Amino acid sequence: MSDNRMNNRIKHPHSKVNLNKPLSFTFDGKSYQGFAGDTLASALLANGVKVVARSFKYGRPRGIIGAGAEEPNALVQIDTGARTTPDLKATQVELYEGLVAGRTSGWPSLAFDLKSVGGKFSRFMPAGFYYKTFKAPVKMWPIYENIIRRAAGYGKSPIEADTETYDHQHHHVDLLVVGGGATGLLAALLAGRSGVKVLLVDDQSELGGYLLSMPNVKIGGLTAQNWSANIIAELASLPNVTILTRTTAFALHDMNMIQAVELLQDHLPHSARNATQRRERMHRIRATKVVLAAGAFERPLVFGNNDLPGIMTASALTTYINRYGVACGKNAVIMTSNDLAYQGAVDLAAAGVKVTIVDTREHINPEWANRTNKLGIKVYSGYGVSEAIGTSAVQGVKLVKLGALKNIVTGSGPDISCDVLASSGGLSPTVHLFCHDGGRPKWDEARLAFVVSANGRAKDGIFCVGAITGVFALQEGLAKTRITLAEVLTDLDKTIDDSGLALETDEIAVTPARHIFHVPDGKDVHGTIFTRPKAFVDFQNDVAVSDIQLAVRENYRSIEHIKRYTALGFGTDQGKLSNVNGFAIAAEALGKTIPEVGTTTYRPAYTPVSFGALAGAHVGITFEPRRYTAMQATHEAYGAEFEDVGQWIRPWYFAKPGEDIHAAVNRECLATRNSVGMLDASTLGKIDIRGKDVREFLNRIYANAWTQLAVGKCRYGLMLDEAGMVMDDGVTACITDTHFLMTTTSGGAARVMTWLEKWHQTEWPELEVYMTSVTDHWTTAALVGPKSRDVLAKLCTDIDLSKDAFKFMDWRDGTVAGVPARVFRISFSGELAYEVNVDASYGNYVWNELMKAGKEFDITPYGTETMHVLRAEKGFIIVGQDTDGSVTPFDLDMAWAVGMKKPYSFLGKRSLARSDTSRTDRKQLVGLLPEDPNVVLKEGAQLINSSDITPPVPMLGHVTSSYYSAFLGRSIAMGFVIDGIKRRDEEGRNIVYAWAEGKAVKVKIVSSVFVDAEGARHNV
Amino acid sequence: MFVIRCPHCCEVREEEEFSYSGEAFVARPSAPEIESDENWGDYLFMKRNVKGWHWEMWGHSSGCRKFFVVKRNTANHSIGGAWSLTEARKEYDAEEANA
Repeated sequence: MSDNRMNNRIKHPHSKVNLNKPLSFTFDGKSYQGFAGDTLASALLANGVKVVARSFKYGRPRGIIGAGAEEPNALVQIDTGARTTPDLKATQVELYEGLVAGRTSGWPSLAFDLKSVGGKFSRFMPAGFYYKTFKAPVKMWPIYENIIRRAAGYGKSPIEADTETYDHQHHHVDLLVVGGGATGLLAALLAGRSGVKVLLVDDQSELGGYLLSMPNVKIGGLTAQNWSANIIAELASLPNVTILTRTTAFALHDMNMIQAVELLQDHLPHSARNATQRRERMHRIRATKVVLAAGAFERPLVFGNNDLPGIMTASALTTYINRYGVACGKNAVIMTSNDLAYQGAVDLAAAGVKVTIVDTREHINPEWANRTNKLGIKVYSGYGVSEAIGTSAVQGVKLVKLGALKNIVTGSGPDISCDVLASSGGLSPTVHLFCHDGGRPKWDEARLAFVVSANGRAKDGIFCVGAITGVFALQEGLAKTRITLAEVLTDLDKTIDDSGLALETDEIAVTPARHIFHVPDGKDVHGTIFTRPKAFVDFQNDVAVSDIQLAVRENYRSIEHIKRYTALGFGTDQGKLSNVNGFAIAAEALGKTIPEVGTTTYRPAYTPVSFGALAGAHVGITFEPRRYTAMQATHEAYGAEFEDVGQWIRPWYFAKPGEDIHAAVNRECLATRNSVGMLDASTLGKIDIRGKDVREFLNRIYANAWTQLAVGKCRYGLMLDEAGMVMDDGVTACITDTHFLMTTTSGGAARVMTWLEKWHQTEWPELEVYMTSVTDHWTTAALVGPKSRDVLAKLCTDIDLSKDAFKFMDWRDGTVAGVPARVFRISFSGELAYEVNVDASYGNYVWNELMKAGKEFDITPYGTETMHVLRAEKGFIIVGQDTDGSVTPFDLDMAWAVGMKKPYSFLGKRSLARSDTSRTDRKQLVGLLPEDPNVVLKEGAQLINSSDITPPVPMLGHVTSSYYSAFLGRSIAMGFVIDGIKRRDEEGRNIVYAWAEGKAVKVKIVSSVFVDAEGARHNV
Repeated sequence: MFVIRCPHCCEVREEEEFSYSGEAFVARPSAPEIESDENWGDYLFMKRNVKGWHWEMWGHSSGCRKFFVVKRNTANHSIGGAWSLTEARKEYDAEEANA
């Protein structure tokens, strides 16, 4: 390879590349050398690498077009293994020693792509090709899609877990400046001098923006480099100014919330990376004022074969020569519609490159004419490049003579050979951030650009300066920045200090640009690719002029629809180069003006952001807060398997060696029903409610009545929302006449607390009640089973535990294992049971003491799974599993828990009388017994009338809970069935089928109380 | 991702600290039992859903836990003010009177 590798590196006086620090790297399996300060793109260009990618649809060879975030072609895969990152732009990848870059397209290779064979027939692959071609038969689409998707796409996602870490940082600043080019630097300095808190972010490794690419311009008599170096030095000396480089502001949200991502380590060789530091950091910046100095991208002109490798934007060509010391060729043609391209042309010629300028304008700027003439640069004025010549790289151009007023071909021109072709169609301001929260750019015909505002103040708190406002000349931009900053600082009650800042430049005054986007070729518009080469608008998505024209012929009118039909502006570059050309070409085809067509919508993110940066530290163990009970260590030591219940981590079951979940749960269930088990019930929500009006408050909040509940007693309550639907349940205890303790479901605690507070604050402020969440203050050990009283009696001597002294649904204060405890005699299993509540600090101790005391009864700790089986055997509901927000108490056959006679119309009561809620044939919760006692129904299975599933199949309801009951020796389930309560009691109607996973299981509707319907087990 | 000044804490805080709690001034009928199904249904379900200035209730869930009223523009997320429930009622009534 090395023999035909060219070296395009030149010694350039202003180059930022350090030729004394060579770096070796590989691209697509081959080794190359670059230098410190290079990007991967500049190093590849220096090495004469032309083809870096193959195009998306046609597999055409593609080269580097741009020099920054606008690059559509040079998408590369950086690094290997867990660190590998697909689709980075080579123009933004900083070179480091040992960098490994791979291609993301081209199969079997970059030199030959199979898709390019199809590309020869590309006239048969217009916009919408896949949808039009593969639409029938419908059933085949999944197969087509599979094949098409394999042919498409770029790069490979890492398959190993990410070993890097990421974090988020929040900022509150007086002023955020986005963009560290000339105007951004000036804005930051003027603000910084006033003493306000300033943050300046810039996406590049070095501040200066386009000044880095135009070192020969003088500002205030200084070279651009010295001018910016002075400002950067002063900024660095100001303690109120923070500068973040390699930081891309990618989104602007309401009220000046800007998100920016900072790359911290990816530019370093592996040996220099710090494993204890973050790879990327997302900054969330809340700024009182924002100055957008985001600059602009140069858009290329559109012409035939404009995607050949070696064709780039004029600004990229300029950047590579001036900033990186890379001459992208030896014989350059530069086509332009404006003055911008001339500086680069002159710089390139000065570096010894042969330069020819093709200016689409009849009359060129006399000053530039003078300077180019001196350097021997040939200028064709009034000509355009209609077509590039070459196969795998540009070798020449065909010129046409353009009409003086209309963009038509009026004559032929010469063919010129070249090895690099650059074009400039003008600048497209980087209006993205401005538009993220609803702003729209305006078309400025004089400047041929969509701009945000020429007046600095754009909208509340957001100011725009520099190229983003359509002010492309440096001196004018700096002067207007100064005026805008005076306004910003007035808003912040500060005054401007511009002492010692000279802002005049030696730029050449600009002459008007030509309104041209697509260079005509004078050929029949219906020509084939054999007669009329494709002229690409969007390189990344292979959208050609002909595709946009076709979309318009097929009657797409809105630019948003044309975008989606053709894929214009999709992909990782989001149309930074292509959009404005696309809008202009669509406007022409539609016979409209550009502002009439408008733009598509700009949405975050401005450039791709890694999932790592978005997630920050919210991954793995720190994904979200985890809540553990005081007994966690004991549960772990006992071999618990855990499950998530909301944020809680709860024991699921305690498997003994050799047991699976079924064996463990069966054992736990039987041990509890036959002797004694123990459950950690600490996660139940607990709300302490005090005040003289607690009873009335509870009467209004709960469906049932609380007026008569005596001190020392507990009651189960159903909580309804205003629509009459069950939203929570739990047991509430009367501690004193003005003090109650409410328990809620584990997952509903926070929601219930908010619910209580809201009603108290908004509708019932006259009630004197005070609510405190005490969930974490108590731990709860539920002793369950016929031997529970015997166990508790060993540790608790100051409560009379006898049947009549401490009744079911009573609570008592006492001492358990020497610790003050509140003991509730309540049961979620139907067994004799005591819930022992102690101060959380003693929770683990008391749990262990209870385990010791229970040893002689073979006490068995159990988890949530056994809890579920035990409660289902009794037909007790779990809110959120057996209910879903559309279930009334009557649907649950729980009329006993509704106090319809209470004087105050409790929450949800009126809704229970609405015509739909009061229907008697709603879906109702019933017990379900599969005909085969060994078949456990699938939760979620649909219940239907017959095993025949010939449509239409009326859906009767579904299975909500289903378990194997070791105690009963068979499967049981609960579920909703339309009119289920009546059907249950009617022989002949009480059979349904549960349909899931292709099978219908015959099921009998029964009472949902499967064990001990008369309640004898707990009444002992 | 806006900021709200909690009228109880008297501090400007990020949206994440607060919870949206529906349209403001939807008063619960004082005697639900005598309301028609239609009226009751309107109370439950029929919200203004305006494009533009909207009076809505927010709770300072990670702060003082007070509910209060925010006047927010649903079209562009600008905030016209935040008041305690009592103060908001006065503002709202004054605005309705002028409308």
